[in-house]
Amino acid sequence: MPCIGPGWRALWLLLAASVVASVALPAGAEQLNVAVAANFFGTLQKLAPKFERASGNQLVLSSGSSGQFYTQIREGAPFDVLLSADTDRPRQLEADGLGVAGSRFTYATGTLVLWSPKAGVVDRDGKVLRSGSYRMIGIAEPRIAPYGAAAQQVLAALGLWDKLNQDKKLAVGENINQAWQFAATGNVDMAFVALSQLSNADGIAGSYWLPPQSMYAPLDQDALILASSSKRAAAEAFLNWLRKDPEAIATIKAAGYHVRE
Amino acid sequence: MSASFYSPDDLVALWISLKLAAITVVLLLLLCTPMAWWLAMTRSRLRVVGEAMAALPLVLPPTVLGFYLLLFLGPHGWGGRLMHGLGMQPLAFSFGGLVLGSMLYSMPFVIQPLQGAFQSVGVRALEVAATLRASPLDRFFTVAVPLARRGFITGSVLAFAHTLGEFGVVLMLGGNIPGRTQTASIVIFNHAEAFDYAAAQRLSLTLLIACFALLLIVYAANRRVPEIAASA
Repeated sequence: MPCIGPGWRALWLLLAASVVASVALPAGAEQLNVAVAANFFGTLQKLAPKFERASGNQLVLSSGSSGQFYTQIREGAPFDVLLSADTDRPRQLEADGLGVAGSRFTYATGTLVLWSPKAGVVDRDGKVLRSGSYRMIGIAEPRIAPYGAAAQQVLAALGLWDKLNQDKKLAVGENINQAWQFAATGNVDMAFVALSQLSNADGIAGSYWLPPQSMYAPLDQDALILASSSKRAAAEAFLNWLRKDPEAIATIKAAGYHVRE
Repeated sequence: MSASFYSPDDLVALWISLKLAAITVVLLLLLCTPMAWWLAMTRSRLRVVGEAMAALPLVLPPTVLGFYLLLFLGPHGWGGRLMHGLGMQPLAFSFGGLVLGSMLYSMPFVIQPLQGAFQSVGVRALEVAATLRASPLDRFFTVAVPLARRGFITGSVLAFAHTLGEFGVVLMLGGNIPGRTQTASIVIFNHAEAFDYAAAQRLSLTLLIACFALLLIVYAANRRVPEIAASA
């Protein structure tokens, strides 16, 4: 390959800049590798600087799906803490000795919402679901995504699950973000998504219905310290902070989650 | 390219991507040249088996390929146990693991152009060189390789670009760890998943422009290489 030309100079400048950037990272403090479920990634990005200021330790965040992290942790992934999107996988890891016994707790509980980016599409009681005056509804794959399973439970409670499947009115995304994208891009009329995907400082744009919590099993998300971690004290300090710090709890609530007091 | 335009994580990820793609291409050229040569020249019936195997990485979805590599290289897989037995660090969740995964993932993109290029060099040019008493190694390096230059260029570029855009394998095998195994394509995905579309677009655009420039340079250089089929 020819290694000449202005394009290469730009590349080298970029490389030099990146080396400077990597050297400029603060040294000395403990670095915790945190595997965080994609739905909580944005919230944890807001929490991380607060924790870093309070503790002096640094969080290195890896975002992914809970199932992917479960497999990777079984294969020796070098994470210190797992913030899962469910309770089953942390429980299983703890039972198999891959998590620190007794470190598991529910750090956030998700809220399911039926949402349309357009005003006036979804009413506050969810009656639109029975009306049938829509082309398609987006949901996450119930077998792999907790919010998809919750959406299925709500539709089943309303007696609509089988009919919607027969009528091919469900667009199934791989995860909750795809379900959100289906609706946000107007490809479905509305979608079952997480309240945490919609919450921001300006409130929620569009129209939505919050199904009663009694219609679906709680969307508990568990945290766990991994047995392979060599930074257990720092990991414990982080989970303690996440559980008890008023500012942390306020941030998690503002992001659209419930927190067990 | 100010520091505010890219976050430090973005720059580190870009560096990891470029390093990964460059190392992968160099190693693939070393490994695939003899393999492609054999595939191009052999009359053995095993050739079709070799060709089929060299194309196999195209078949599996990348996350599935990454998943199998993870099982293979993990502490319970026999690749991981072998590494452990030899006293080496495990490859999963390390940069070295990404290199291995990328090599497998991008291998067809080097082998196939090289095999085609070697085939179009033809036996005639090599036989002429042989009558001039060129040794087999001589014939390979002074006749076949220069005439197959297009194949080397095409294979390198395709493998480089393919590795830069790699997602599923590096996500599964690397664990998305910033500063270690988090590549630019994963950072773009993270930005999009966190609804930070502006940051995702900045990095996507960077990758697109950088790759377009690179491809432009290479294809411009490629134009100056004469067609070999006509000379053979």
